[in-house]
Amino acid sequence: MLKFRIERAPSPVWMRPLLPLLAVLITFVITSVFILLAKANPLTAYYYYLTSPFTNRVSMIEILVKATPLILTGASVTIAFASGYWNIGAEGQLYAGALAAAWIGTEVGGWHPLLAILAMLLGGFLAGMIWASIPALLKVKLAVDEVVTTLLLNSVIVFIISALLNGPWRDPVSGWPQSPTIADSAVFPKLIPRSRLHLGFVVAVMMVLLIWFILSKTPLGLRMRASGLGQEAARFMGVNIQRTMLIAALLSGGIAGLAGVGEVAGIHFHLIDALSNGLGYTGIIAATLGGLNPFGAGLAAIFLGLLDTGAQSVSRSLGVPIFLGNVVQSTLLLVTLGVFMLQNYRIRRV
Amino acid sequence: MDFNFFIGLIAATFRVATPLIYGTLGELFCERAGILNLGIEGTMFIGSFVGFAVADATGSLWLGVLAAVVSGMVGGLIMSLFAVRLGVNQHVSGLGTTLLLTGLSLFLFRVVYGIQRIQPAIKPFQLLSPFGELPVLGPIFQQYALTYIAILLIPLAWWVLYRTNFGLSIRSVGENPEAADAAGINVYRVRTIALMIGGGLMAVGGAFLSIGQLGSFTFGIIAGRGWVCIALIIFANWMPARVLWGALLFGLIEALQLRLQTTGLKLPYEAFLALPYIVTVAALAIAGRNATGPAAVLKPYKRE
Repeated sequence: MLKFRIERAPSPVWMRPLLPLLAVLITFVITSVFILLAKANPLTAYYYYLTSPFTNRVSMIEILVKATPLILTGASVTIAFASGYWNIGAEGQLYAGALAAAWIGTEVGGWHPLLAILAMLLGGFLAGMIWASIPALLKVKLAVDEVVTTLLLNSVIVFIISALLNGPWRDPVSGWPQSPTIADSAVFPKLIPRSRLHLGFVVAVMMVLLIWFILSKTPLGLRMRASGLGQEAARFMGVNIQRTMLIAALLSGGIAGLAGVGEVAGIHFHLIDALSNGLGYTGIIAATLGGLNPFGAGLAAIFLGLLDTGAQSVSRSLGVPIFLGNVVQSTLLLVTLGVFMLQNYRIRRV
Repeated sequence: MDFNFFIGLIAATFRVATPLIYGTLGELFCERAGILNLGIEGTMFIGSFVGFAVADATGSLWLGVLAAVVSGMVGGLIMSLFAVRLGVNQHVSGLGTTLLLTGLSLFLFRVVYGIQRIQPAIKPFQLLSPFGELPVLGPIFQQYALTYIAILLIPLAWWVLYRTNFGLSIRSVGENPEAADAAGINVYRVRTIALMIGGGLMAVGGAFLSIGQLGSFTFGIIAGRGWVCIALIIFANWMPARVLWGALLFGLIEALQLRLQTTGLKLPYEAFLALPYIVTVAALAIAGRNATGPAAVLKPYKRE
C-alpha cells in the first residue's frame, strides 16, 4: 500500500506556476456559496463574470481603466514589501497625490498641457513621498513600527481632505463637497478615443518597468531585496538598512501618489473624499498575488480590474449584488496567501 | 456653556467610548497572544451587520448581540487560520480578513434587503436609567446596558489575563511562544482561542452601533473605529485598566466635537476626528523604542 507524508521542503519547481491558478479555482469554489445565497447559478455567474467584460470594446477597455490605479498601488506596495518595509499607507499616499493634483490642476490654467501634466505628476509624486516620509522617518530614526503609523495616517489625510472639501475648497458652482474642476490643460489625454483609458495607464506601466529595473538591475535593488529577505543577514552584508528602507518607503509613497494623480486628472477631474475607496488596500492584494514581483503585481492588478468589471456585469445581468467583487478579491487574497505557504511543503511517498 | 452642558458631555463620552472599549479589549486579547489583528475593522463591521440583521429577523435585540458575537468569533477563526495555523504574515492576513468581512457584510446586506429607498430600521436598545431620579448627576447614569457591560468587562479582562491559568498562557504565547511550547502550552490553540474571544468582543462593539445607537445598518457605520482601537491599544500600553481611560479620552474628543459642531465653532470638525490618530502617532514617536507591545507580536510561530 502506498503511504504519503507531508514534509517541510520546497515543493517541486513545476508546481509553482500552477499555484496562482489553484488559488483562483479554490476561490471560485468558496465564493460560489455566496452566489447561491444570492439565488443565482454559480457556473452562469462565473461565466458572465469572466467572459462578459470581453464581449464588447467598452468593457474590455474598462478593465484597464480599473486596473490603472491598482497597477500603481500594486507597484508601490511591491517595492516597499520587497524591501521589508510594511507600508500599509498606499491608500493615504494616493490621497496625498490626489490632493496635490487637484490643487496644481486648478492653478495651471494657461499652461501648455505638457507642462501642466508634468507639474501634476511631479507634484503628486512629491506629495505621496512627503506623506510617506512621516512614518518612514519615524521608522528609521526612532524605530517606530510602520504598520500602525502608515495605517493611522491613511485616516488623517482623509480627514484633511474632507476638511478642505467642506471648507475652502467646496465647489463654488455646485456647492458639493468637491474641489473645483481642474483646468482643461491639466486633463490627462485619452489613449483611446471615446473611452476612459487615460495617460495614467502609460505612467503605470512605466512605473512597473522602473521598479523592476531598480529591484533587479541596480545595486540599490540588491540592497533592498537583501533587507527584505532578512535584515540581520543584510546588516552583516554591510547594507545600510535604515537608508535602504527610507528610499524604498519614499519611492513607494511617490508611486502611490501617482495613482491619485491619475484618478483626479484622468477620471474625476476634481477631488472627492470617496476618490479611492480602498485602491491602496487593493494594491496590497495585487502585490501579494503577484508574489512581490513588479510584473506579477501588474498582471494581478489587471486581473483585479477584470474582477471589478466582471462584478458589474454579473450585477446587471443576474442581480447578484455588486459587492461580489469585493468578496471574490478578498477571498482570493487569503486563499493565495494560504496556497503560497504550500510552496514550502512537498508530499513524499514513504 | 452651563453645567448641563458638562453633564450631557460626560454622558455622551461614555456612549461614544462604548464601541471603542469593546474593540480595544478584543484587540488586547489578540495582541497579548502575539497577533496584531488588523481584521478588527472588518470584524466590527460584520458584527454590526449580523447584529442588525438577526435582531431585525427575530425581533430580539439580545439575540442580535449573540449572533454578532458568533460572527466575530468566526472572523477570529478566519484570522487564526491564516495568521496562526499557516503562519502567513499578520498585516496582510489581517487586512485580508477586514476586506473579506467588509465585503461579505455589504454583499449579504444587499442579498437580504435588496436596494431600498428607505433604510431598513429597527427599534434600538433603550437607555437604562438606574438613578433617573438622582438630581443633577442622574443623566450621567442614563446609559445603554451594553455600556455598563463594557465597563464591567474591563476588570473581567484584567482578571482573565492576570489571574487565571488561561490568561497566563495567553501572555506567555504572546511574549515567548518557544518557551511556552516547551512548557507544554499548545501555542496554536491558545492563539486561536484568544483571536476568537477578541473577535467576539470586537463584533459587540460593532453591534452596539447598529442595534444600540442607530437602529439601522449603514455602510459607513464603523468609519475607522477599528483603526482607532489599534491606536488605543498602544495608547493603553497593552494594559486593560488603561483601555478605559484611553477610550474615555478618545470618546470625550469625539463627543466634544459633536457638541461644538452645533454651537457653530469655526474650527473644522475633522480636526477633532483626526486628533486620536495624530495623538497616537505622536505618542509613538515620543515613546519610540520604549513603546513595545508583547514581544512575539507580528512573528508567526512555526513549531519545529
